[in-house]
Amino acid sequence: MPRKTRARSSRDRELLRQMLRIRRFEERCVELYSGEKICGFMHLYIGEEAVAAGVCHALTSEDAVVSTYREHGHALARGVPIRSVMAEMYGKAAGCSRGRGGSMHIFDAERRFYGGNAIVGGGLPVAVGLALADKLLSRGRVTACFFGEGAMAEGEFHECLNLASLWGLPVLFACENNLYAMGTALARSQAETDLALRAAAYDVAAWPVDGMDVRAVADAAERACESIRAGAGPHFLELRTYRFRAHSMYDPDRYRDKAEIEQWKLRDPLGQIRLPEDELAALEKEIAQELEDAVTFAEEAPIEPIEELTRFVYSEVRP
Amino acid sequence: MTTYREAIREAIAEALTADERVFLMGEDVGAYGGCFAVSLGLLERFGPERIRDTPLSESAFVGAGIGAALGGLRPIVEIMTVNFSLLALDQILNNAATILHMSGGQFNVPLVIRMTTGAGRQLAAQHSHSLEGWYAHIPGLRILAPATVEDAGGMLAPALADPDPVLIFEHGSLYNSTGEPGTGPVDITTAAVRRPGRDVTLIAYGGTLHKALTAADELAAGGIEAEVVDLRVLRPLDEATVIKSIIHTHRAVIVDEGWRSGSLSAEVTARIVERAFYELDAPVERVCSAEVPIPYAHHLEEAALPQVPAIVTAARDVVSS
Amino acid sequence: MADFRMPSLGADMETGTVSEWLVKPGDSIRKGDPIAVIDTDKALIEVESFHTGVVGRLVVNTGERVPVGTTLAVVDERTPAERAPAEPSPPPPEPSPAHVLSPLVRRLAAERGMDLTSLRGTGPGDTVTRADVERAAGPEGTVPPGRTEPAAGRATTGPATVPAPPAPPEPARSKASPLARRLARELDLDLATVPGTGRTGAVRADDVRRAAAVRSDAARHAPPVNAPGQAVRQDERREQAMRQAIARAMTRSKREIPHYYLTSTIDMSTALAWLRERNRELPVSERVLPAALLLKAAATAAAEVPRLNGFWIDDGFVPGEAVHLGMAISLKGGGLIAPALHDAAGRDLADLMAGMKDLVSRVRSGRLRAAEMTEATMTVTNLGDQGVESVHGVIYPPQVALVGFGRILERPWAVHGLLGVRPLVTVTLAADHRATDGYTGGRFLAAVGRLLDHPAEL
Repeated sequence: MPRKTRARSSRDRELLRQMLRIRRFEERCVELYSGEKICGFMHLYIGEEAVAAGVCHALTSEDAVVSTYREHGHALARGVPIRSVMAEMYGKAAGCSRGRGGSMHIFDAERRFYGGNAIVGGGLPVAVGLALADKLLSRGRVTACFFGEGAMAEGEFHECLNLASLWGLPVLFACENNLYAMGTALARSQAETDLALRAAAYDVAAWPVDGMDVRAVADAAERACESIRAGAGPHFLELRTYRFRAHSMYDPDRYRDKAEIEQWKLRDPLGQIRLPEDELAALEKEIAQELEDAVTFAEEAPIEPIEELTRFVYSEVRP
Repeated sequence: MTTYREAIREAIAEALTADERVFLMGEDVGAYGGCFAVSLGLLERFGPERIRDTPLSESAFVGAGIGAALGGLRPIVEIMTVNFSLLALDQILNNAATILHMSGGQFNVPLVIRMTTGAGRQLAAQHSHSLEGWYAHIPGLRILAPATVEDAGGMLAPALADPDPVLIFEHGSLYNSTGEPGTGPVDITTAAVRRPGRDVTLIAYGGTLHKALTAADELAAGGIEAEVVDLRVLRPLDEATVIKSIIHTHRAVIVDEGWRSGSLSAEVTARIVERAFYELDAPVERVCSAEVPIPYAHHLEEAALPQVPAIVTAARDVVSS
Repeated sequence: MADFRMPSLGADMETGTVSEWLVKPGDSIRKGDPIAVIDTDKALIEVESFHTGVVGRLVVNTGERVPVGTTLAVVDERTPAERAPAEPSPPPPEPSPAHVLSPLVRRLAAERGMDLTSLRGTGPGDTVTRADVERAAGPEGTVPPGRTEPAAGRATTGPATVPAPPAPPEPARSKASPLARRLARELDLDLATVPGTGRTGAVRADDVRRAAAVRSDAARHAPPVNAPGQAVRQDERREQAMRQAIARAMTRSKREIPHYYLTSTIDMSTALAWLRERNRELPVSERVLPAALLLKAAATAAAEVPRLNGFWIDDGFVPGEAVHLGMAISLKGGGLIAPALHDAAGRDLADLMAGMKDLVSRVRSGRLRAAEMTEATMTVTNLGDQGVESVHGVIYPPQVALVGFGRILERPWAVHGLLGVRPLVTVTLAADHRATDGYTGGRFLAAVGRLLDHPAEL
């Protein structure tokens, strides 16, 4: 049985708050998706909140985040305003990507959030490049790169780990191992399922973390970032987690045993940190208001005029 | 009546039954039933040896398909979507399409690759490509784009029988479309006239065929009889059918979900001008996608893609003054 | 070096045949000298040189039909001092069959004023290619600076101002679809005369078909090119081609020109009495016929009302420099031709009468000069011989007026309240409403009437 302990610090409270925000946000998204307010592919993070909350907590505002198509949690934990994320889900002009990206492509330059990438493994080379720039300019920053364990089957993963290690680049490879690459279980797609071990083959510091325990994630991420900033090169964290929902809203979820899902739900990261009831109620109320405001904002926001369709294909500011 | 999805599934099942050398591999084709449920139930019917789930390693499993074909098998490789095929582009272009030539004719690659293509479902810029025109640029490949239930079911067997690599592009918006299943193999060398007409030829394929047919209905209401040609074989292009239609109508509108610049529509235009210049009574018109990465927001996506009103307008433009 | 090209001898002329060369390579010629006889299907016309120099190559054989603008011969304009010892000139090449030519080749040839039909093609199926044009053009094959081309179609006949080179075979022309062009070629239709209904006024296949349907049931194909030594039924062919040419010009006129018609009846008793008086003194050969008087009256009236004497070109009126009166002359074998009596208003009656007789005889023998074919500023038709009472004619584009005279007939006529029998003539004006209004036409007819009432003034 998982530990359930009271919040011991402001860090605990903040981690819980972020996880709750993500959870409530996504629950609302399911509803909005059903009502066709949100369309396209939508991949939910429910169950994995500890990973985003913990890793992002270890980052400074100078650091960068590169993400996947399952990135609502990363974006919110990173501080991308909930209004602009929600408006993006609605495809509105006020969305962080001006309605062009949707659920899978959240970008925010101010938070150095380099986007959700819908190509499996597509973000890794970008993260390596961002880190290369930081190293060459001696900026002492970290680039956190989220990806799923499915991406470790892509050639890009292997090419990127080798390169980052060879050049000693400041990348935090945050592998969210939720055991399923869409519908394919880890053991059915990877010959070596000890992912940290595979990363270590490239001479990268790597260790597994309980991705359902937000404190463990935060601790591990802080340690890794400290080491990276000290010039120890890339680090790899295998964050063992689980999605309670299907791969996407399109996914009938036929490949998992319901009992398995229920088993994992007993380890729900939101249940790990307890707050006094009145505090929790206050927190829930605050989040509900924040969310309500975001939905209202997104509902009322104007859509991008069709005349603007062809903008942002080439830069508008030219030398 | 059956669906496009079921027609493909049945064709795969028939191929597996008919020929021991045939097997299907790709991401989530087995336990999951296929990302778009095309192979649903096949794992149970044929077992994991012949319905093979692969890791997310496009370069590896497409290359493995090439090798297996060289080794005497008849693989059907499913790439989940055309955007992921870019991870295997090297294998397709530099191996599948070249080995026969590079080996001086010693080794042929009897491989079939299926993939989903196209936009229109709010999947944004990285999941809405129509790159079949790119692939149609490559000598050594045969490129098919079934737009009807009959073609979806009837193209697989001749594709498997083809001694060379065949790529089949299935438009994501068509899986639920219904139609009469065919009675057997479909010719994979010719375009098809889907509707006869005398005033203008609408040339379309894949996801744009039904838009062209709808446009033709609308045009007919206004007294313009459009002939609709379904290219369906994007390489090698069946020039003869297209030119024959132009000789009949003297006007052409090409509908292509690819981006206009350098698209397949440009190639078709060029062929018409080369082969039927003195038959043209109006400039060739094209209705293509706007030159932007496909946006997520519904209204922007609709504006970016070829739509019926634009086809109707283009056709009216070339027909009337 | 200057090119002597197939001239355009009327708005309806697309091709011409070199009937006879009046010069040979090495001959010295002066500007204005007749150098060839051209068969335009309407007539044999002597065309004059615009250049002074020595005749070089004769590019086109006699009997060869070529498009307007085709180079027929090359004239060396250098002085003898500048000239190298004369080189023997090569014989003209064999005529090549008509090819389908690419737009580019046609344009290049047009820019260089080259004759495509005489070029030897090295492309597939002996098609003339760009390289062939450039080879044949040589280093001088460039566009003369500052030459602009008419905005639409063929060079229009107009007042001879500067003797500019005639229009190239494919000038910067009205837009037409490839199919329309092909059909026009097949149907022997001048695209410039076909109004376009396509976008930006482009001519489309249906426009050509309509125009062809309007045309008389002419032969579907241009007469074949006559290879030297091939027997031809020249007269029959010319007759047919002339019919087609007339059909084209008249169709264009009726399609493009909003005609209005005015009619006056003129009492000719004073004029005829004056003429009888005048002719009594003269030998038969110098007597003046009433027809000449009518012509002179029309010419003088045209000088008084200049808005009817000239051309409608490019949406505007271009006045004629003088009154060159086109005289409609019907041919024995059928057909019609309207060569110009130059400066008809400025010549005296005797001169005009002589000019008339000369013109009629040269028309019958088929020896007209190019200027006579192209420079008429207004046309007069007189069908009195046939007993016709009045003529409501069709204007010959791009002129803006046509005057028709009927037969002079004795009729009851009231003058000053008294009924008498008088010789009367009905004069009709068909005029282009774009250029003038009925008021102007009325002034013209009034002037004709006044002049015939005071014949001594003519």
